[in-house]
Amino acid sequence: MEKLDVRGLSCPIPVIRAKKLIDQGCTEILIVGDSAPARENVSRLAKSSGYQTLFITDEKDNWELEIKK
Amino acid sequence: MDRNKWIVLAAGLITGMIAVALVKMGNPPNMGFCIACFERDIAGALGLHRADVVQYMRPEILGLVLGALITSLFTREFKTRGGSATLVRFIMGVFMMIGALVFLGCPLRDVLRMAGGDYNAVIGLFGFIAGVASGVFFLKKGFNLGRSQVSRSQAGGYVIPAVVTFFLVLLVLKTVFNPTAGGPLFFSKSGPGSMHAALWLSLGAGLLVGFLAQRSRLCFSGGIRDLILVKDSTLLLGFIGVFVGALVLNLVFGFFKAGFTFQPVAHTQHIWNFLGLYLVGITGTLLGGCPLRQLILSGQGDMDAGAVVIGMIVGAAFCHNFVLASSAMTKAASGAITSYGGPGLYGQIACVVGIAIMFIIGFMFREE
Repeated sequence: MEKLDVRGLSCPIPVIRAKKLIDQGCTEILIVGDSAPARENVSRLAKSSGYQTLFITDEKDNWELEIKK
Repeated sequence: MDRNKWIVLAAGLITGMIAVALVKMGNPPNMGFCIACFERDIAGALGLHRADVVQYMRPEILGLVLGALITSLFTREFKTRGGSATLVRFIMGVFMMIGALVFLGCPLRDVLRMAGGDYNAVIGLFGFIAGVASGVFFLKKGFNLGRSQVSRSQAGGYVIPAVVTFFLVLLVLKTVFNPTAGGPLFFSKSGPGSMHAALWLSLGAGLLVGFLAQRSRLCFSGGIRDLILVKDSTLLLGFIGVFVGALVLNLVFGFFKAGFTFQPVAHTQHIWNFLGLYLVGITGTLLGGCPLRQLILSGQGDMDAGAVVIGMIVGAAFCHNFVLASSAMTKAASGAITSYGGPGLYGQIACVVGIAIMFIIGFMFREE
């Protein structure tokens, strides 16, 4: 499983980093973040790209999202 | 359409309608809200520049910050963070203001101007889209100003809200520090700075839009950026909502007037309308948000966004002290054109230099 750390990154860099891994064909990615907008944007991208999303941790300022295809 | 999109669309619609209602209640035409113009008025009220027609401590701006603060405290999103190329962001804020004042408005006012029938704003929109697209080019190349860090203490995140609260107290008390000089606070007696809705209405409008923008993440550069980058139209719906909401009320109140010439606080120099908002578009995209978004973030603990806001206020002072800001098209009582308006030579140079600096920053901050 690929791991992606988007903590502290400005909008829309979390989305760009996640999209890069999705475009590379990664089927399982664990994404770690610390802001609510990044959480919303990354999970929206994952869903629109056909991934299933599962939050391992889900707090506003500390979340871990597992996405799988 | 999912719930999130409805929220953004509704936030845009309400913001657009509030903006026109503010014009009805006294704000300058097509300027119910303008983050750049109003921060420029605040710079004037503080005496940072002495252009006596654009001086007022705009309660809308104070309300936006406090609205975002209160909302983020309730939703537990308030978090003090910073340290992502803060000085660079400050400089980018200065140039974002220069671009906005060459055009004569921020992206929010561009939408409001289009909703009022100002065709010059459509030229500005083309420039804004091109600027955002240029910013996306750098983002795709790995542009990154660096990670921000969560601060050990929460105190830093309250600095901007505390400053605007202090400004609000000065405004309510109509404080004049130097009566001989007439201020600060300075208040325009004529021109756009003299036109404003009642203090509490403006403040209430700012608080409400601050709440809406915080919840919906309303962002004008983000709307176009997300569409180009990931074909996501969510934030763009906010853009469309503001346009439709403002257009409807402009038609109801009879404010709508289509054309290029004699639009309120606007000029017809197409290249500078284009390049002014081009500069705002590229800068906003590299910063991660438009002037409105920076203001909202500054209210929820983002000290880097706070540096952008202060940069914009300083940039506004530069714009008027160094004659960089554009003037509006004007006419005589007979109806004859007395000035086509637009930026002077220094404003043109500053705008082009700003674009060049954004390209340099775009290249220099690439990550491999």
